[in-house]
Amino acid sequence: MSAGVIALIVVLIVVTPVGMIWRRRQGQLRAPKTRMATAPSSARIPDRPERGRLTAADLRQDLGPQATLVQFSSAFCAPCRGTRQVLGDVARMVPGVAYVEIDAENRLDLVRRLNVLSTPTVLVLGPDGTITKQATGQPRKPDVIAALGEVIPAATPSSTAGAGE
Amino acid sequence: MDIDARGPRFSAVITTVVLALALATTSMWLLLAQTLVFAVGAFAGLRYAPYGLVFRFLVRPRLGPPTKFEPEAPPRFAQLVGTIFAAVGVIGYAVGVTGIGIAFTALALAAAFLNAAFDYCLGCQMYLFIRRIWPSSPETPAA
Repeated sequence: MSAGVIALIVVLIVVTPVGMIWRRRQGQLRAPKTRMATAPSSARIPDRPERGRLTAADLRQDLGPQATLVQFSSAFCAPCRGTRQVLGDVARMVPGVAYVEIDAENRLDLVRRLNVLSTPTVLVLGPDGTITKQATGQPRKPDVIAALGEVIPAATPSSTAGAGE
Repeated sequence: MDIDARGPRFSAVITTVVLALALATTSMWLLLAQTLVFAVGAFAGLRYAPYGLVFRFLVRPRLGPPTKFEPEAPPRFAQLVGTIFAAVGVIGYAVGVTGIGIAFTALALAAAFLNAAFDYCLGCQMYLFIRRIWPSSPETPAA
């Protein structure tokens, strides 16, 4: 077998599971990884030590009184538009929830601090700005509502929608 | 400008087949042809991209009306990334370093295959990655 054919087989064998895993994880809201103290990037920004929390100053916009949905977008991002629709709809539907869209390119400080690797990245913040859930890719509306249900104790009746997770 | 979302996906399938053939046969000429196809999409726009034209005039008339539109910029940027990778492969073959030709054909194929099979635009994702490691704001990693 020639080197080219072997390379072709290797590509197909390696890329297929990567693609399957990527697709399954798209838009899934998970608890954020906690590695606050050890991260070297936070050491370089002494006045911004907290990786797990965002303030109104960080967002340059007020936090929602109940929760805030944050979306990192970029110019070359096809699913960013659909994500904007989902999060915007939810923010309009659930009282006290703010929606903030951040152009990743303009806020590389936040991108590095939160280790945002791709767009769209979605963060669900509690009333104090603590990151409770995060997702890469376009999340499904019921999942966003369920994530809000965990942040807002007795507000959203649809918080049972995500019981299967 | 918005485009029919099926166009880039169709183009990704053709690109995958062409790059798979180019890789299996370690053909510099086939890789060069794909490089030029990438470059037309990247520099002239997807409207003039060869596989996009095939989609528009031969495939789309047979399909129903488009249901999903997307902006042109992300797939067009991905074509630019594809152009660079494929061009490096061509240069590798041209100067006699077959390993470089194979490696970069394989990388371009991996991206095209992810796009075709999983709708994952690796080229688009590389944009933020490049911006992150290409600091325009003050950052001193060596400090």
